[in-house]
Amino acid sequence: MNYDILITGLIIVAQILAVVVPVLISVAFLVYAERKVLALIQLRRGPNIVGPFGILQSFADALKLITKENIIPSGSNKIVFILAPIITMVLSLAGWAVIPFSPGWVVSDINVGIMYLFAVSSLGVYGIIMAGWASNSQYPFLGALRSAAQMVSYEVSIGFVIITVLLCVGSLNLSKIVLAQQTVWFAIPLLPMFIIFFISALAETNRLPFDLPEDESTLVAGFFTEYSSASFVLFFLGEYASMILMSSMTVILFLGGWLPPFDVYPLNVVPGVIWFTVKVIFILFLFIWVRGTFPRYRYDQLMRLGWKVFLPFSLFWVVATSGFLVYFDMLPN
Amino acid sequence: MVLYSLTFYLFSSIAVLSALMVISAKNPVHSVLFLILSFVNASGLFVLLGAEFLAMILVVVYVGAVAVLFLFVVMMLDINFVKLREGFLQYLPFGALLGIVLVIELGILFLTDRSSNIYNNQTPLQPIVSEVENTKMIGQILYTEYFYLFQICGIILLVAMIGSITLTLRDKGGVKRQNIDSQNTVDASKAIEKKKVKIGEGI
Repeated sequence: MNYDILITGLIIVAQILAVVVPVLISVAFLVYAERKVLALIQLRRGPNIVGPFGILQSFADALKLITKENIIPSGSNKIVFILAPIITMVLSLAGWAVIPFSPGWVVSDINVGIMYLFAVSSLGVYGIIMAGWASNSQYPFLGALRSAAQMVSYEVSIGFVIITVLLCVGSLNLSKIVLAQQTVWFAIPLLPMFIIFFISALAETNRLPFDLPEDESTLVAGFFTEYSSASFVLFFLGEYASMILMSSMTVILFLGGWLPPFDVYPLNVVPGVIWFTVKVIFILFLFIWVRGTFPRYRYDQLMRLGWKVFLPFSLFWVVATSGFLVYFDMLPN
Repeated sequence: MVLYSLTFYLFSSIAVLSALMVISAKNPVHSVLFLILSFVNASGLFVLLGAEFLAMILVVVYVGAVAVLFLFVVMMLDINFVKLREGFLQYLPFGALLGIVLVIELGILFLTDRSSNIYNNQTPLQPIVSEVENTKMIGQILYTEYFYLFQICGIILLVAMIGSITLTLRDKGGVKRQNIDSQNTVDASKAIEKKKVKIGEGI
């Protein structure tokens, strides 16, 4: 009896580690890749000193940041100030519990997988609000205000996009969503929704061109202005981990998850996890590409885009998709 | 089963404790944060009952949207807590009365409902395992049996939304707004005018 619990516990811990450790390592390489790609866009060389081609740069940076002094401002609300980066980090890792990397490769194959991801990503705003408030300083508070309004606005259209996909699948389970795309990836019939989801994902993860919460030209560093050392590292890791999480969500919803592009001989022997990784890397490249290309949105333009363009359009698309499915009797049972 | 009971007691005790902290915390922002913790634990209890859809909706709607706005109002308002606590004794009898009524009602419920198998059964509550997902079950009952009530709920929400918009929308005259479409359709022929200026003369 006791051994059973112990073994179950150990298996759970091992599964969690098997997901979290690769995620953290890929965060390190994502930071490196971002700096390299941006450098290529701007005709620079990027990091090239630490390790071959500078590949160990992120580890060196992390080591440097962690060994610095952790400054907690005297006027801050200490407990909330320390909790905020921890919450950001934990939430960006919690979503990975339901991501299917390959058939059966999932820590928890729950019925409401997509709802769980949606819930976790909507909780992400708390880390930022708490950081902004607890810092007891103007710039972080302004950053927190901006991010809360932004994340709540773009969640609405993300919700509608998810509903459209669910209409075509008939299940909230992520593995079933992937399997429903065996004939055609949803990115093709639902192309406008795919684009809206990608742009909303940029806004949801506070990435350029929507990085107004940490707008360095007006708000110093936004909500993490007062953070230093390890707590800053947690924010940084959290931001990139949630970036990878949103990319995997895009891949699962629209690009067929672990499925190969065509179910023909040389492509379908490649393991699913490799297809999944390749697609996630492609979406992440888009994230970085957008960052290197577009200027930052003004705040009112951001709100206009979210509420006046995306919301009506995605709402219309939900109605159109459900009408189409009902009319041609294609609703999944 | 031991794990199940342990998680149940973990979630429920944290939910109750954080609910207590909501009303006893000195700082209003801390109160709201404890409220959020309480919500999250309640959704954990829903998951234990096998109602995973309700649990996720609770997190998305209450924690992800309502509590965010709530937290904002509390952060922006400069609440003087000494002043709020002044009327504590004045409101105490009323609050106590409400609490006592609630406790009595709950007591009656627990004492009379002996026939229900929840209390007679000695085994702890278990998640209901069934073939049909409960999301699907909710959908099937909501859009057939309770269809009209569901539509009425939607209309009530719409009325509330329109009401709050008309209350807050003030169209002051003289506000310059950016018309993005007209701005995007501007081309050189509309924006620039070429003139030949004779030497020694103005336009």
